[in-house]
Amino acid sequence: MLRKLFKFHGGVKPQTNKTESTTAPIGQVPLPDRLVIPLHQAVGGHPRPLVAPGDKVFKGQRIGGADGNLSSAVHASTSGIVRDVAPALMPHTSGLEALSVIIEPDGDDAWGQLDTINFRSAPPDEVRDYLRDAGVVGLGGAVFPSYAKLKPGKEGRLKTLVINGAECEPFITCDDLLMRERAPEMLKGIIAMRHMLQAEEVLIGIEDNKPEAVAAVQAAIAASGETGIEAVAIPTRYPAGGAKQLIRVLTGIEVPHGRRSTDFGVQCFNVGTAFSIYEALEFGRPLISRVVTVAGNVNAPRNYDVLIGTPMDHLVRLAGPRADTDRYIMGGPMMGVRLPRFDVPVVKATNCILVGSAALFPAPAPEMPCIRCGECAKACPADLAPFEMYWFSRAKNFGKAQEYHLFDCIECGCCSFVCPSHIPLVDYFRFSKSEIWAREREKEAADAARDRFEFKNYRQEREKQEKAEKLAAKAAATREKVAAEGAAPAADAPSAPAAKPKPSVDPAKLALIEAAMEKARQQKAQAAPKNTEVAAPEIKAEMAAIDARREAAGADKPADAPPASGA
Amino acid sequence: MLTALLVMTGIALVLGALLGFASIKFKVEGDPLVDKIDAILPQTQCGQCGFPGCRPYATAIAGGEAEINQCPPGGEEGIRKLADLLGREFKPLSEEHGVEKPKSVAVIDEQTCIGCTLCIQACPVDAIVGAAKQLHTIIASECTGCELCLAPCPVDCIVMEPIAETVDTWKWRYPVFEIKAAA
Amino acid sequence: MINSPFVRKSASVQQVMLKVLLALVPGIAAYVWFFGAGILVQLAIASAAALAGEAAMLAIRGKPKAIFLTDLSAIVTAWLIALTFPPIVPWWLTVTGTLLAVVVVKQLYGGLGQNPFNPAMAAFCLMIVAYPALMSQWPAAGQLDFGTQLKLIFGGLRDVDAITGATPLDALRTALRGATNPDSPFHGLRASQLQDGPAFGMMGGKGGEWVALGYLVGGLWLIQQRIITWHIPAAFCGALFVVAGLMWGLHPDGFASPLFHLASGGAMIGAFFILTDPVSGATTARGKLLFAAGAAVLTFVIRAFGAYPDGVAFATLLMNILVPIIDMKTQAPVFGHKKD
Repeated sequence: MLRKLFKFHGGVKPQTNKTESTTAPIGQVPLPDRLVIPLHQAVGGHPRPLVAPGDKVFKGQRIGGADGNLSSAVHASTSGIVRDVAPALMPHTSGLEALSVIIEPDGDDAWGQLDTINFRSAPPDEVRDYLRDAGVVGLGGAVFPSYAKLKPGKEGRLKTLVINGAECEPFITCDDLLMRERAPEMLKGIIAMRHMLQAEEVLIGIEDNKPEAVAAVQAAIAASGETGIEAVAIPTRYPAGGAKQLIRVLTGIEVPHGRRSTDFGVQCFNVGTAFSIYEALEFGRPLISRVVTVAGNVNAPRNYDVLIGTPMDHLVRLAGPRADTDRYIMGGPMMGVRLPRFDVPVVKATNCILVGSAALFPAPAPEMPCIRCGECAKACPADLAPFEMYWFSRAKNFGKAQEYHLFDCIECGCCSFVCPSHIPLVDYFRFSKSEIWAREREKEAADAARDRFEFKNYRQEREKQEKAEKLAAKAAATREKVAAEGAAPAADAPSAPAAKPKPSVDPAKLALIEAAMEKARQQKAQAAPKNTEVAAPEIKAEMAAIDARREAAGADKPADAPPASGA
Repeated sequence: MLTALLVMTGIALVLGALLGFASIKFKVEGDPLVDKIDAILPQTQCGQCGFPGCRPYATAIAGGEAEINQCPPGGEEGIRKLADLLGREFKPLSEEHGVEKPKSVAVIDEQTCIGCTLCIQACPVDAIVGAAKQLHTIIASECTGCELCLAPCPVDCIVMEPIAETVDTWKWRYPVFEIKAAA
Repeated sequence: MINSPFVRKSASVQQVMLKVLLALVPGIAAYVWFFGAGILVQLAIASAAALAGEAAMLAIRGKPKAIFLTDLSAIVTAWLIALTFPPIVPWWLTVTGTLLAVVVVKQLYGGLGQNPFNPAMAAFCLMIVAYPALMSQWPAAGQLDFGTQLKLIFGGLRDVDAITGATPLDALRTALRGATNPDSPFHGLRASQLQDGPAFGMMGGKGGEWVALGYLVGGLWLIQQRIITWHIPAAFCGALFVVAGLMWGLHPDGFASPLFHLASGGAMIGAFFILTDPVSGATTARGKLLFAAGAAVLTFVIRAFGAYPDGVAFATLLMNILVPIIDMKTQAPVFGHKKD
């Protein structure tokens, strides 16, 4: 059956460079001397550390607990000793550190206790919590916690589950190899996801430059006997593997920025994610390793099954980096992240380590002014006008840049790729976006501070007023009291010599002071327990005995003591 | 001639009536200018401008009683925004009101704190918790970095620490225009 | 620091400009064939002046020279000036026009990519206002040999009326206006009769239609090369054809045929090479259609009712003014925000 496919606007066709790394099967990596496992590897809240330096951990033991609404757990990739829980350099362009667990492997690679779950019988919420604690996140690069995406929309069911095996970035072949070698397992993961989402049909989109993967997946589907699952070869055009673009190609649906795709009856997962869901559900193995392509400036480009936390240089050494290597890039050449150092760890987002050199990725020619030729707009898969956004980003006119839909930009790099003026357009958009986010954070903080300041002022004002009111009320009450019972003393007053010495003092005030002192005297008198008269004689006797004992101990100050009981 | 005069007078009357009606119909409550200025100010509530908080300063600016360059936390960018909003000339930050510093939060040295509550009273945004003779601590996320708690502390146990950049708050830098270097 | 993407298509401003220059070659070849090699001299003069002006301005503005002088954008401007000016204007007029275009209209506005007006057309308008007589002398095909052309360009030979005729457009205008004027020798003539006269070829003036055809061929190649899109040429030609056809259909004796309008004057070079200048033109698909159609209507109005024989230059400038608002109002909906 030939399925009707749709087209997305724009896109480019960079040289794919994929064949070299697909000749050898997925390789194994010897255990490194130490693993650096960052706690925050997925979108969402920062997991809190569950281990301390010196702890012994098993393979698959949870070392970072999910925290907050959207967060995903992190696990020890092998058994060993926790050497430190400290900030370590991240595989991130910023060159900043983040809290990581550093494990020294003991070489046993021993699994801890593994619990499995039956996704068919267990309540969906439990399965989701299970996957959250198994640390399963999107392995296509976005590392969005998968459990949060495994909820069907409002209707409780989904029309299409899209599985992303397009892998459009040049050099990267990890999904290709995974589909070739592990299609049946991956398919089981897909079936579980389909069950959770109650999806009518499943479309596995694979770019047509991977015929072996298409064949392997089709064979697995045929062998499983499942219906409604189809492997679809789609035209090779970057970025066909972008989730939005793939959904568009397979279903014709365009999911707008900021909307949930389930609202449109679609959900999209990466093939690697499907495999790790299978591992988690079938064997209880959390996400502790992934397939990583090592390609670029190496003698033997290849895919490896890599433990999360493995230092990248340890891995790259296996592929034989060439002498002129000057950088590692995490991801592909179009969207990859320039890394600060060679020894940063492999994380869940690492689909490829692209080894670079000045010869392989030469610096672009100098940036020229924009001539508004519109090439970028022709290439943009989000139908944007990058040259307009560039103009406003360059001028730091962020409001205008947003009017031209800056946040619909998926940073695929097509515009920079085609620009005849060699303008780093995506860099401008990344700059603008992070400035806008920073400003929003600042604005939120400022608004909160304003609220708190205003509340403090209001509170102080209120307290002052309440105090004044209390005093006024008290004064009025006392005045009344004095006026009522004081008719006689007031009459006596002129004859009383004590009241005379300070005639300037207001008699009313004097009466107030007098009343206050009287009140204090009364309070002192009251401090003695008053509720004892209702007590029975034997209790009275007991109390007397206690009092006597206390007095004997010399610890008693009955006047200061609170009333004996709250009766 | 007479008709022209009449027509002009008529137009004037009609327009005048329209304007008068509009001013009643579209009367704006409060002072939106003060709100707009207040929205630009950083809400540090530090009082470095010489006014007891950001809003009083905003009111003073709107009333023409204060310059736009008296807010060190808002910095140059804040002054530019105020200049744009008010159509005034940009001025560098006035030195007598302070200098622009990196954004910081106050931290209490727990070894030294004697629990006097003086800082709690000084904090304009209630970001310090604690009670008499109890150790005080600062809620970092609420602290505006105004430094108002530094002076009252009798044992000088509060220090300002600049907020470090993290992977989450890291910002992409402005792309460098490389054309000159290349030539 | 270099960030992703780390790979780039081999494309450059220089390549784009070079393709535009190449696309002009068929038109230039036809020009030389029918009107003589004088145009080549004009192209050389304009190119030299453009490079000199550009170099001087770059030096004054402290911009790198090598990269901007080799981007070929100044040469494109120079060629368009030479090809739209009459081929026998004196050399100083070509130089002045080119310098105005490069120095004032382009560099003073910020150089490459910053000019709101098409430099070549701005220069054309300035020159035709300043030197209306010199800018209106068009030799007929085969009328002048190369020597005479050189003498006209460099020497003082300026016996204008003896050697040149008006352009077909100009002649037509004079004739059609005269047709309704009882004192004119053209009184009672019809447009169709005029066009059968010796100064007119099959469509747009003898030889002129072949040059136009050359531009058309080059322009189509540019579309095939994805340097320009079909929108502007199609909308310009379409709108010009429709407007001219409408008027001609209503009043065949008072207006020239739509084909004549398309093939004469600056219509073809305008449609494919001038209005398509991305810097000063509209950029959205709908904007391009609007921009070019507007230019076509203005061109027709200026040709039929204005004081100048051809209207492409003025129409281009007028539409250049409208580009920002056209672009702003014609932004296409983005991914996920389209209405089905």
